[in-house]
Amino acid sequence: MIVAKRKPFEEIKEMLKGYKKVLNVGCGTCVAVCLAGGEKEVDVLNIELDMAGKLDENPIELGAMTIERQCDREYLEALDPLVDDYDAILSMACGAGIQFLAERYPHKPIFPAVDTTFIGVNQGVGWYEERCRSCGSCVLGLTGGICPVTMCAKGLYNGPCGGTNKGSCEIDKDQPCAWYLIYERLSRQGRLDNILKFSPATDWQNQIPRTLIQPGYKKSEEV
Amino acid sequence: MKSGSNLEKVLEAGHFAFTGELGPPRGTNAEEVRKKAQFLKGNVDSVNITDNQTAVVRMSSWAASLILISEGLEPNFQMVCRDRNRLAMQSDILGAYAHGIKNMLCLSGDHQKFGDHPQGLGVFDIDSMQLINMVKEMRDEGKFLGGADIEDPPKIFIGAASNPFAEPVDFRVHRLAKKIAAGADFIQTQCIYNMDRFRIFMKQAVDMGLTEKCYILAGVTPMKSVGMARYMANSVPGMDVPDSLIKRLKDAGKGKIAEEGIKFALEQIEEFKEMEGVAGVHLMAIEWEHKVPEIAERAGVLPRPTF
Ligand code: SF4
Ligand code: SF4
Repeated sequence: MIVAKRKPFEEIKEMLKGYKKVLNVGCGTCVAVCLAGGEKEVDVLNIELDMAGKLDENPIELGAMTIERQCDREYLEALDPLVDDYDAILSMACGAGIQFLAERYPHKPIFPAVDTTFIGVNQGVGWYEERCRSCGSCVLGLTGGICPVTMCAKGLYNGPCGGTNKGSCEIDKDQPCAWYLIYERLSRQGRLDNILKFSPATDWQNQIPRTLIQPGYKKSEEV
Repeated sequence: MKSGSNLEKVLEAGHFAFTGELGPPRGTNAEEVRKKAQFLKGNVDSVNITDNQTAVVRMSSWAASLILISEGLEPNFQMVCRDRNRLAMQSDILGAYAHGIKNMLCLSGDHQKFGDHPQGLGVFDIDSMQLINMVKEMRDEGKFLGGADIEDPPKIFIGAASNPFAEPVDFRVHRLAKKIAAGADFIQTQCIYNMDRFRIFMKQAVDMGLTEKCYILAGVTPMKSVGMARYMANSVPGMDVPDSLIKRLKDAGKGKIAEEGIKFALEQIEEFKEMEGVAGVHLMAIEWEHKVPEIAERAGVLPRPTF
């Protein structure tokens, strides 16, 4: 999932300065699962904003609406009748959702309430870890299911570097060396030959905005 | 001859090579480079010029290399993958060669987190293995990484680093083999303190036939103090400093520790001269350049061969 964290309250407050009526839009998918921007977080943020507004004697009228996915036109539609009642929109979705919202309502100022952080996994309640940088040419089949792009601090394709520190990465004793783990796992699986071979320079796929149309589909006409 | 560099000639002729190292200044003082160079001149075959070592900004490696050439020394231009993408690397290689630089040491580079710009972007467009291979293709095939032809390709003697001590230890000799297959002509190892481990590593390298394909220079850094030994043992990732060495330095007593450090280095060099597969020594006496003449003299590696 895409993991995000809420922006510091002061930063959000500062962005909303001067707006009297703000619609706070949550997203029911990734950011709800990672406890950053779902229905509950929208309510909490609105309560905070409301209290702060009253304290500052500068109240904001706040609306709340959480839709299933802000990255999907189908769900955005539900906002159409509401948007014009507000001066600005605050979005608690990931960066993609926020942009899709801004694209749909180009006349409205849109503000991010979260910092989109990474593609990661749920390690425990409220605990997430990055796992993928969406490089566009996955090598997990070679590296024993451990991503060298994300998990190695230098993104090496032919690791480990000389900085491996008793199994930790040179950057931090608490960060395991990805290549140490890759070595261990492949060695246990009897697949070390995978990393004895030279991996040539990567053809980076993520240097321009990417579009993907799955086989058998086309861009829809009415966009 | 692949490059005709002095270092290549020394090694090809079968001499025991002796290389040094120089860290460029954190400013624009060329005089500082010249001064350090004087201690190395005539005492080493080639001088590694570090590239923003420990991720701290310094005068660029190629620029300090040129100062060295003007002083009549041969540089070994170090290049890390942290600070430049493949375009910048290749253009720097062309420019460096055009100015007479003939040796390169291809490294991943310390993570920027350690340095003076921890908030900077680490480039790592290619890694050290891919850099070695890129320089080889540039030299031998006359091709850029992108595939286009190079007019008058750079004839570089290609160096790489090897750390026999870092985990996973069993993989290290295979990584060395990989670097040699990628195109490394010579290897300079991490500073060696654990001689037992290094002997095993060299035996593996010899048994795998690696020392016939590539020259291995053993890394030596004399310990100046007990504090330095402890720091290296505890705070430098991938460094293996046995307790026995720390004890030996401590036991030498006040005022005699640096001398004990040099003695240990000299004993190491004596052993390396005899060790199968070791083609020379890379002496990294950083910020101790003025000691190099004495160490070279006492190690019995003078005079250096000339061609
Ligand atoms: S190699 Fe890593 S970054 Fe690339 S797609 Fe696979 S997991 Fe993601
Ligand atoms: S220590 Fe391991 S994880 Fe860290 S940069 Fe080196 S190879 Fe990558």
